Amino acid sequence: MSATRMRLMPRRRRSVKDLPPLGKLVAYLILGFWALVVLFPLYWLAITSFKLPIQVNAGPVYLPFVDFHPSLDAWHYIFVDLRSDTLRPYLNTIVVAVGSSTLALLLGATAAYALIRFKYQPRVGVILLFVGCVLLAAAAVWFGAPLPLALVVAAGIFALLASTVGRRFKRGLSNRDVAFWIISQRILPPVAVVIPIYVLFQRVGLLDTRTALVITYAATNLPIVVWLMRDYFNTLPWELEEAAVVDGASTFRVFRSITLPLSIPGLVATFLIVFVFAWNEYLLALFLSSADAQTMPLTVAAQNATRGPQWWYMSVLIQIMILPVIALAIALERVISRGLLVGAVKG
Amino acid sequence: MDALRLTRGRRRASRSAIRERTGRAAALGATAGVRAAFIWPALLAILFVSIFPLLVSLYISLSRLKLRRGGFDFTFIGLDNFRELYVGGERSHFLGVTRPLTPLGWLVLVATLALLAWGLVRAWRGGVSVLGLVLRLAGSLLAAAAAWLVVHTLLAHGGRPGTAVVTVVYVLVGVAIQFVLGLGLAYILTQGLPGQRFFRVVFLLPMMITPVGVAYMFRMLTDTGKGPLQPLWAAVGLGDFSWVNDPWGARIAVMVGDIWQWTPFMFIILLAALEGQDTETVEAAMVDGANRWQIFRRVSLPAILPVCATVVLIRLIEAFKIIDLPNILTNGGPGTATESLSLHAYLRWRTLDLGQSAAVAYSLLFIVTVVALSYVNLLRRRVADE
Repeated sequence: MSATRMRLMPRRRRSVKDLPPLGKLVAYLILGFWALVVLFPLYWLAITSFKLPIQVNAGPVYLPFVDFHPSLDAWHYIFVDLRSDTLRPYLNTIVVAVGSSTLALLLGATAAYALIRFKYQPRVGVILLFVGCVLLAAAAVWFGAPLPLALVVAAGIFALLASTVGRRFKRGLSNRDVAFWIISQRILPPVAVVIPIYVLFQRVGLLDTRTALVITYAATNLPIVVWLMRDYFNTLPWELEEAAVVDGASTFRVFRSITLPLSIPGLVATFLIVFVFAWNEYLLALFLSSADAQTMPLTVAAQNATRGPQWWYMSVLIQIMILPVIALAIALERVISRGLLVGAVKG
Repeated sequence: MDALRLTRGRRRASRSAIRERTGRAAALGATAGVRAAFIWPALLAILFVSIFPLLVSLYISLSRLKLRRGGFDFTFIGLDNFRELYVGGERSHFLGVTRPLTPLGWLVLVATLALLAWGLVRAWRGGVSVLGLVLRLAGSLLAAAAAWLVVHTLLAHGGRPGTAVVTVVYVLVGVAIQFVLGLGLAYILTQGLPGQRFFRVVFLLPMMITPVGVAYMFRMLTDTGKGPLQPLWAAVGLGDFSWVNDPWGARIAVMVGDIWQWTPFMFIILLAALEGQDTETVEAAMVDGANRWQIFRRVSLPAILPVCATVVLIRLIEAFKIIDLPNILTNGGPGTATESLSLHAYLRWRTLDLGQSAAVAYSLLFIVTVVALSYVNLLRRRVADE
């Protein structure tokens, strides 16, 4: 309940006696120093994009119009000369980030809701049975059986055994275990799983497509969504849903027309967080896309490999890449921090 | 201390509330089919990116890729990939070059071993179950081996750390500094100073910037010739020094970039936690005449300790995945000095040595899992609930 309390409690200015003048000075010095540390690289990025190569190479100059005369050459080059080479990855990034975040939110929110409202008792034995059947199918495929046949047979065996022997297993897991398992998937380093995913997408001909990236990003971000939304749903009042059910609404309808509208703040915060992750993602894109589906982080990174450090062009690219997320951060800072806190309190 | 006990009580209450609610769910007419429809899509998606690839990866790590006309084959070679990493030709790349210890190295090693032994004795005296003792023993042995390796590569005459050691250094140093900075900044911002809103937003920014961009920015900043800090470097006599060509200079550059980027994550959550704590306890402590440090140490810190434990855990897990910064900032160089495990695996993949790449990735998975589990068992459980 501590999360609810935190949200409901009015933010009150602490009635602590104010800092002594010296303390205030020190506090502002520290804050100012860190603000400088944060802002200076961004400032440098901004002014570098208005410099000509010769101005960069001659050594540092700091103030536009005073130290050097700003020019739009780099911007012109990126937007006019390279037009499609810039816009294509940019569009890819937007499509992939929006698509994968939406998909992750959809799947994750339903799962999180289910983990809060319904009771699951997966039996350990049945899970082992399932894993066994999957291994069986994999082994069959390895030894040359056709894939559809192996899948159908394995599913059949599983259904048969689960309905007969399955009921005898006593040991069950709780919702908490399921949730923990889902969240713990975040531990997996992407690099440990990306090669098989690469091979799989290659087999089905989806390599270097946005679809591949959307699916992969959505699945890797799912644990975050489940983790944040589970705690959010837990703070919602239960009575409204109960009343709707008494009035005869189906479970899906209750979820769609009551729960989701009530949890819009939580959904927005979660969406933003996964959106930023997907927007900035580098490693998976590095493996799964090469030309057509290339996203912005790769485009920016590629500047180095092909032409050596051309700071002026890179500064433009990085800027157009970070401007949208920075705008989001400034507009929705409160929402983001609340959203993250809810998750951290419950873990 | 009371504040902590209060939160704990509240949490226990909330947990039983959850249990009661989920118990009522069956009465709400959600059939087995509906319940399955809600959760299976997510489970299948996670199976798709975790269990299935992990199994295939395991097989790849135990095999060698052979190109043939029109395709490729995997030949099973057992543990050869791992053998090469841990004792074979790749050892100096992966683990590092071990050399005789310096006096400081001996001191650190002996201190670490003593600490581990003390922990074991305490657990034994405290009456832990047999399984618990065995697990602790295994954990301590692993920790001792890790300490031996770190000390023999970092604090030795002519030793050189491999990618595994470098990654661990990135994670431990990075997360520790991020936590201290984040907590300090968050604390200052709860003191009711004017202009808070500005600082909050500014401090959040680095987290939103793509790591690739951060890497380039720090490449500019570390450029001692054309970078903006050139007068500064010249003034302290480092005008000709190249940060990215010196092994430790390059590693420090990577760590500084990582700290710059991820301090906001710690900051923003800890700030929200500090703002959310009970004002009554703080006021009560003040009435009792406690000074600022005492209030922070005795009231605020215990109250937000569970949140602290969780943010550190999250960052710990995420920090192990570092790849963008070393790849762009230093290209893993000079030599392999700044390569992280993820980058190591990626570079092996690029040279089509898939077996070795998967073996490195699996080693990374093993390290992260062990670190995360020991952290949860040793620390987090103690400060968080249960």
